Amino acid sequence: MSEQQYEKYYVPASSPWPIVGAVALFFMAVGAGNWVVEIKNGSDGFGLHTLAFGALILTVMLVGWFKDQIHESMTGMHGDQLGRSYRQGMAWFIFSEVMFFCAFFGALFYARVFSVPWLAGASNNAETFNVLWPTFEAMWPLTTTPGGTTTEAMGWMGLPLYNTIILLISSFTCHFAHVALEKGDRAKLKAWLGFTIVLGLIFLFLQVEEYIHAYQEMGLRLDSGIYGNTFFMLTGFHGFHVTLGTFMLIVMFFRVLKGHFSHDNQFAFQATSWYWHFVDVVWVCLFFVVYVF
Amino acid sequence: MTTATDELHHDDHHHDHKPSGIMRWLLTTNHKDISSLYLWFAFIMFLVGGAMAMVIRAELFQPGLQIVEPDFFNQMTTVHGLIMVFGAVMPAFTGLANWMVPLMIGAPDMALPRMNNWSFWILPFAFAILLSSLFMEGGGPNFGWTFYAPLSTTYSNDSTALFVFSVHIMGASSIMGAINVIVTILNMRAPGMTLMKMPLFVWTWLITAFLLIAVMPVLAGAVTMVLTDKYFGTSFFDAAGGGDPVMFQHIFWFFGHPEVYIMILPAFGIISQIVPTFSRKKLFGYASMVYATASIALLSFVVWAHHMFTTGMPLFGELFFMIATMLISVPTGVKVFNWVATMWRGAISFEMPMMFSLAFIVLFTIGGLSGLMLAITPVDFQYHDTYFVVAHFHYVLVTGAVFSIMAAAYYWLPKWTGKMYDTTLAQWHFWCSLISVNLLFFPMHFVGLAGMPRRIPDYALQFADFNKWISIGGFAFGLSQLIFLALLIKACRKQGEPVSDQVWEGAEGLEWEVPSPAPYHTFETPPVVK
Amino acid sequence: MRNKLYQLIALALSFISTALFAASDTHPDAYQLNLTKGVTDISQEVYDLHMTIFIICVVIGAGVFAVMLWSTIFHRKSRGVKPATFHESVKVEIAWTVAPFVILIFMAIPAAQTLIAMEDTTEADITVLVTGSQWKWHYKYMDDEVEFFSLMATQQEEIKNKFEKNPNYLLEVDRPLVIPTDKKVRFLITSDDVIHSWWVPAFAVKKDANPGFINEAWTKVNEPGIYRGQCAELCGKDHGFMPVVVIAKEPAEYEAWIAEQKEIQRLAKEEEQKLLAMNMDMAELMSVGERVYATACAACHMPNGEGLPGVFPALKGSDIALNDMQKHIDVVVNGIPGTAMQSYAKQLSLKEMAAVITYERNAWGNDTGETVQAKDVNALMNGN
Ligand code: HEA
Ligand code: HEA
Ligand code: HEC
Ligand code: CUA
Ligand SMILES: [Cu+2]
Repeated sequence: MSEQQYEKYYVPASSPWPIVGAVALFFMAVGAGNWVVEIKNGSDGFGLHTLAFGALILTVMLVGWFKDQIHESMTGMHGDQLGRSYRQGMAWFIFSEVMFFCAFFGALFYARVFSVPWLAGASNNAETFNVLWPTFEAMWPLTTTPGGTTTEAMGWMGLPLYNTIILLISSFTCHFAHVALEKGDRAKLKAWLGFTIVLGLIFLFLQVEEYIHAYQEMGLRLDSGIYGNTFFMLTGFHGFHVTLGTFMLIVMFFRVLKGHFSHDNQFAFQATSWYWHFVDVVWVCLFFVVYVF
Repeated sequence: MTTATDELHHDDHHHDHKPSGIMRWLLTTNHKDISSLYLWFAFIMFLVGGAMAMVIRAELFQPGLQIVEPDFFNQMTTVHGLIMVFGAVMPAFTGLANWMVPLMIGAPDMALPRMNNWSFWILPFAFAILLSSLFMEGGGPNFGWTFYAPLSTTYSNDSTALFVFSVHIMGASSIMGAINVIVTILNMRAPGMTLMKMPLFVWTWLITAFLLIAVMPVLAGAVTMVLTDKYFGTSFFDAAGGGDPVMFQHIFWFFGHPEVYIMILPAFGIISQIVPTFSRKKLFGYASMVYATASIALLSFVVWAHHMFTTGMPLFGELFFMIATMLISVPTGVKVFNWVATMWRGAISFEMPMMFSLAFIVLFTIGGLSGLMLAITPVDFQYHDTYFVVAHFHYVLVTGAVFSIMAAAYYWLPKWTGKMYDTTLAQWHFWCSLISVNLLFFPMHFVGLAGMPRRIPDYALQFADFNKWISIGGFAFGLSQLIFLALLIKACRKQGEPVSDQVWEGAEGLEWEVPSPAPYHTFETPPVVK
Repeated sequence: MRNKLYQLIALALSFISTALFAASDTHPDAYQLNLTKGVTDISQEVYDLHMTIFIICVVIGAGVFAVMLWSTIFHRKSRGVKPATFHESVKVEIAWTVAPFVILIFMAIPAAQTLIAMEDTTEADITVLVTGSQWKWHYKYMDDEVEFFSLMATQQEEIKNKFEKNPNYLLEVDRPLVIPTDKKVRFLITSDDVIHSWWVPAFAVKKDANPGFINEAWTKVNEPGIYRGQCAELCGKDHGFMPVVVIAKEPAEYEAWIAEQKEIQRLAKEEEQKLLAMNMDMAELMSVGERVYATACAACHMPNGEGLPGVFPALKGSDIALNDMQKHIDVVVNGIPGTAMQSYAKQLSLKEMAAVITYERNAWGNDTGETVQAKDVNALMNGN
């Protein structure tokens, strides 16, 4: 459709899913809020149950909403304009995710460049060092905190490097899948997509291995001072995003099997692949900032 | 596409007769419905947050502790701030965007109508959580709306977790709302509506939405770190683990400063719509208004540490943030001068929207100028955390943001309801508000300069007299808002004189070309803008 | 010329205020409208800077409002005017972008100079370590063996409106900080728990006390006197009850004072050691304990021992206060790390700790009948 003949806007009918989603978030927030307190105080309560209940509703809502969405899309109700809206919406959503990671990268940056050196007397903090932490030595990774907690640093060789390579390859395979879709080569599409999913799963598996290694052998834990904090928060949130991305890829895989998507109708696929590339870029930043330097 | 068109038509008929009763509001995907929900929600939150302010003012009426305990006082201050910012002003602006952006750009609805519904309905739940935490054992959040660590981590009560998660979901709501606005504006404009032809309200919201998407996730990061510091043993904000309590402030204000502009840019947009209408003259310097808005938004990312001058930043940082902050006055000044130039040699009439806009320009400028004083680092050492700051931000927020929202309500109500509101009540509302709000906030400058710290439930005797007057002003301003409530109820029950499509003699723009009241669906075929 | 202007404006402001509030009778400075000039060169500079920008702002504001007023009067529709059609002028736009910019530069230069002077803490004559904690200040003279806590001295009854409030209500402490005049005094400011902020308006010194970090500030007071300030960062429940009082004395008087303090603190330590051999009886312990409890503990655990549910635990009927005495002593001596319960080993003497623990174990129906002696506390502190 050209820009000049105006297509009729598609205004979707009212839907029960948004309000269900709001209720789900309500239960999840209340549940999580109570649960963390219960963990801390070692008390009993319904926190976890409430959280799980909320998550269940959220799952139902997501399935339902996407089902409607897929149905509408497959029956051709979405015009070009809506497609553009979806794409732009996804792009802005990814931008918001980038900013979320920025908060944690910012914390890492601040700790390395400011707070750790300051605690050892840099800048206008000579007395901080003299009076409060006279034995503290600035270093990064911070393996001995001012308070005396010690830990080991995670090197970049081995698992992290493999993971970097795996994710980088998966970005390419994801791209090839997209190319295959554009060309209408369904067999290749399935193959590349499946391969990407496998790579994602391997990444996650290795990440878990790395965590186990860190906790059990290196004494590197979430509460091992600012190094451990930033390490686990960054890799953890990233891992969470990979999980989500892999899940999305799997859904795409089944939709491909059902014969969905074509050159003209591929928003969901495209969104997933953008998301996957985004997760990949975050990892590359992470690899250098958290592991290498 | 033929089947699709059929379905489409079918659909159109189907939802023209909207579901009735409560289900209409729960399930709606109509921007006008959702917007009405937003606006009513915001108004209710304004009353709730205002009621808390009344508790604060009642306690501060005299020296000594009489009504509430200090810990509860802190909860009132905190929740008052949070509710007013996240529950009243932001949703009100989102509501206005929902109503007006599609009408102004000639779109039939928002770009993502279902997500629109979701963004709204998260809010009542988020605030239900926040408010209910006040009734928990140990009380609700009591660390100020800025929740500085470690007061909000190691030393806070157990409602902190609920606070964190409620901020998470209200953040999700804001982000979705902002994505919706931005996509609507970029993608749904009527043919011929180029960017530089968009009404300024649309422009300011476009930029606001960008700010929202950029900084709400940072707030989410900040609350997440508070959560893990408190409950999972991390030490982001604890020197013993290599972190720094001041780091919290950097992250918070990286969000917080753009946030205050999120609360004022749409206001600038509203004023830029109203002033030309009632001056019967085109807005002076349209292009420079757009550039000024963009500059304010960009600068807002590099001034955050002006809230932190006393934290002991290195000298270079203090100088940088002082100068960057001062620079914001330049584009803001451009806006003020443009409004004044628009009035210059116009043919001005003084309907209610214009009255509120005039009050806005004067009082916001006062607030902005006191902001400029706060930006001067060595003097801010004296002002910081006193009532001078409280005076500054209530001038920009109450007589700025809130007054602009009222101006917008008076401006567009007739379009929404098809009837003119009760102008007598409106006069009462305006004049009572104007007088009492200044009695309320102006003397705060004096007690602040004289040395009264903020966030205290009790004060030294020398501040007693002014505080009494401030409280009286506060009660009067609160009661004046009940006049507004009455007016709104009357308007929603569609009482009053019918109005024409254009409503105001000097009004220009697409929204004045659709009937009054605006039908449930508008612009199903897009208008052409020349 | 500039001074004239200041006077005029001040006059105008005070006129308005007296006209408005003439009826009420008040404390002398009840209608202080403006920033204090303070008693140091720096505070004077800050005041001048404040007045300069204030006047610039007033002039700009007045200009803008005057133009608006003019338009609303002479360009109103009811006078039958026809609106002009101009809506753009690049020249004007540039002018009102550049002019404010220039004004800003003129503000920034003196501001930067003052700021640089304020941040220069080198070459101090004496150094005082200021430590905030919930809700009191601790002062330690780094060059002398003198240190003490400084707590608000206003009585609870005044706050609860039972007694009449005295003129320095909320701005009085038991032991003020004493510093010499005409000497550069450097403050090292930090905190034991949350962020506080040490503020004395007359010195134009306000610096946050960040836990784990030390901030520096300095002052050089020109006139002897008593100067009052308050904590200026929300630090929890009693943030409003954390005053700062500084007495500036002539250097000679200061020297005498510090020598005296050194002697007093030395004697107190000796006294402590003597006490170890003695046992106090229940009545004495309870009466000392009650006093200590009221000043040191009641802020959190409440005068009735019931605490604030969910925030501060009740001591009335608590397991520790009824049974585990060693734990009780330990909590008071060492505090509970990572909570608001701080260590009292520095703040209270052995005798006071013994007394307050005894008090807690016997007050409000906690009738254990047990006494705790200074030597018990000492035993736990020194591990024998
Ligand atoms: C809508 C919200 C809003 C807006 C628009 C502003 C606008 C500004 N604010 Fe404000 N501010 C807040 C909300 C807002 N602020 C809040 C909520 C806080 C407290 C947060 C907390 O601690 O709880 C705060 C606190 C705050 C501080 C920290 C004070 C402290 O805690 O010590 C500072 C310091 O620099 C500051 C500065 C400014 C400046 C320079 C502007 C500028 O944008 C103002 C620009 C406008 C003008 C200057 C007037 C018009 C211009 C002219 C007529 C042109 C000519 C003028 C000249 C060139 C002089 N603000
Ligand atoms: C947009 C934001 C906004 C708005 C609209 C307001 C509105 C008001 N604010 Fe708010 N305020 C903040 C944002 C806002 N505030 C923030 C961010 C803080 C900082 C918090 C912090 O320190 O963490 C703050 C802090 C703050 C303080 C300082 C508290 C302290 O430091 O301890 C005070 C004190 O007077 C105050 C007063 C008021 C009053 C009287 C109003 C009035 O305008 C309210 C008027 C409205 C009503 C009263 C409601 C309508 C009437 C009824 C419901 C009927 C009942 C009425 C009566 C019984 C009279 N506010
Ligand atoms: C700033 C607030 C504060 C002050 C002042 C304070 N406490 Fe506490 N106290 C606490 C908190 C908080 C706890 C609970 C710590 C925890 O989470 O285990 C506590 C716990 C205790 C306990 C253990 C109670 C129990 O049953 O677990 C004792 C005993 C105690 N305090 C005694 C005292 C004494 C004696 C004083 C004064 C000399 C005092 N406290 C002053 C905050 C305070
Ligand atoms: Cu200490 Cu406020
Ligand atoms: Cu700011």
